[in-house]
Amino acid sequence: MTIETATTSDTAAPPPETARKASPAHIAGLALLGLWAVIGVALLGYLVRGFDPGFFAHYAPKLLDGLLVTLELVVVSILLGAALAFPVALLRISQNRLLAMLSFSYIYLFRGTPLLAQVFLVYYGAGQFRPLLEDYGLWWFFRDAFNCALFTFTVNTSAYQAEILRGAIQSVERGQWEGARALGLHDWVIFIKVILPQAFIIALRPLGNEIILMIKASAVASVITVFDLMGQTRLAFSRSFEFQVYLWAAIIYLFLVETLRRVWDRLEAWLTRHLKLNN
Amino acid sequence: MVDGNLGLLAWGADGWGDELAAGLRITVLLALATLPFGLALGFLVALAKNSSEKSLTAAAHIYTTIFRGLPELLTLFIVYYGGQILIQEIVNLFTETYVEVNSFVAGMVALGLVLSAFSSEVFLGALRAIDRGQVEAGKALGLSRWQCLRLVTFPQLIRLALPGLSNLWLVLLKDTSLVSLIALNDLLRKTNIAVGATKEPFFFYAVACLIYLFVSLVSSIGLTGIERHVNRGRQRA
Repeated sequence: MTIETATTSDTAAPPPETARKASPAHIAGLALLGLWAVIGVALLGYLVRGFDPGFFAHYAPKLLDGLLVTLELVVVSILLGAALAFPVALLRISQNRLLAMLSFSYIYLFRGTPLLAQVFLVYYGAGQFRPLLEDYGLWWFFRDAFNCALFTFTVNTSAYQAEILRGAIQSVERGQWEGARALGLHDWVIFIKVILPQAFIIALRPLGNEIILMIKASAVASVITVFDLMGQTRLAFSRSFEFQVYLWAAIIYLFLVETLRRVWDRLEAWLTRHLKLNN
Repeated sequence: MVDGNLGLLAWGADGWGDELAAGLRITVLLALATLPFGLALGFLVALAKNSSEKSLTAAAHIYTTIFRGLPELLTLFIVYYGGQILIQEIVNLFTETYVEVNSFVAGMVALGLVLSAFSSEVFLGALRAIDRGQVEAGKALGLSRWQCLRLVTFPQLIRLALPGLSNLWLVLLKDTSLVSLIALNDLLRKTNIAVGATKEPFFFYAVACLIYLFVSLVSSIGLTGIERHVNRGRQRA
């Protein structure tokens, strides 16, 4: 009691706030943020000043069409790639040396070469082998640039996804296998019911990154006359020489990638909610 | 089909071997020229992100969000065409000469921006993995902040960041192929030219892919050597 009164009465006015010393980091940070603000305002001013309603009305719907093509390319190739990645990953970790080697070469080949070169190889290569493809009844598929891009992306992403899946499966602790075996489960049952669910959790983050990489990489489809978002943008630029369309496309791509990243973070948090310590 | 094609790779006027080699030289030069610029910028961005200063981290985050989120191809076109417009406007303030942006420089800048954004994440991870006690001990020994960075943090940083950076180098090598679209005579563009002249797309693109594979294989071997070198102090422990 006495102590309390003593302290309250003894308390002097709080010391005056010392002016925060402007450290070099603080100045640099403010300067850089200021620079971003200037760049942002300049770009916005450029977009607003050069805004032409007629141009916008003509090209905006085309860019949106292109966005749909981009989404179709990415969604379909990611899903088909996932289906293909599964057997590839299983072969990669199989005991059979030959199968493991084959699968390794497949992964190495597609991860080690530029996607752009692969797209050219498939698209122009298919044209060269037209008679052969016609004999096998495959020409209708490879005749279309969109299908060629879809095929290349699928194969390419399957190699990346297989590697992600392999890493995830192998990083599940050995004890999980041993524990499940001790319970008398069959190896396949262990794999599907014990190992895979845990592997998927581990694979979740790299898989999200792979989807983002695919969204960005899908822009190369535009070089073989696929009118995805990038293709429509390049077409609009080549017709109008209006640099603005590239900035519009940049905004759309950034929006797409950021949205996916956030959604994926939520998804991951939701799927791993049972692993959180304090809920 | 392919057997008869090997002659197409001959050196000299009849074959495309020397053209492809010249393209490969540009590809490797571009990647090598981009590397120091991208890594240095990436390291600075990582320092900014690791700073306790909120405004600095915010500025760095805007940077990485943009250059990690944009397709590399779009970044390249924006730098190439946008840079052209911007520099022309600036030059027009003084004189009326037509300027053309060098596609090698444009490629270097665009790929460097992308590399710096991705490498900053690698550096940041490495910075955070270094025990705080290391820097504190350095300070206790009376080292200045710069000396701490150079003598204590940096040698450990290289070791921790190297696997991630190796990966980015392989990605960079592949990304250089994009500059073929802004008319720089790299390996892929030389291949395109060969295809246009010979009408043998499958053969030449397959050869180009094999060359890229070979370069990444050689790089991997070199990088493993470097990794062994920076880890040499830890193997005995």
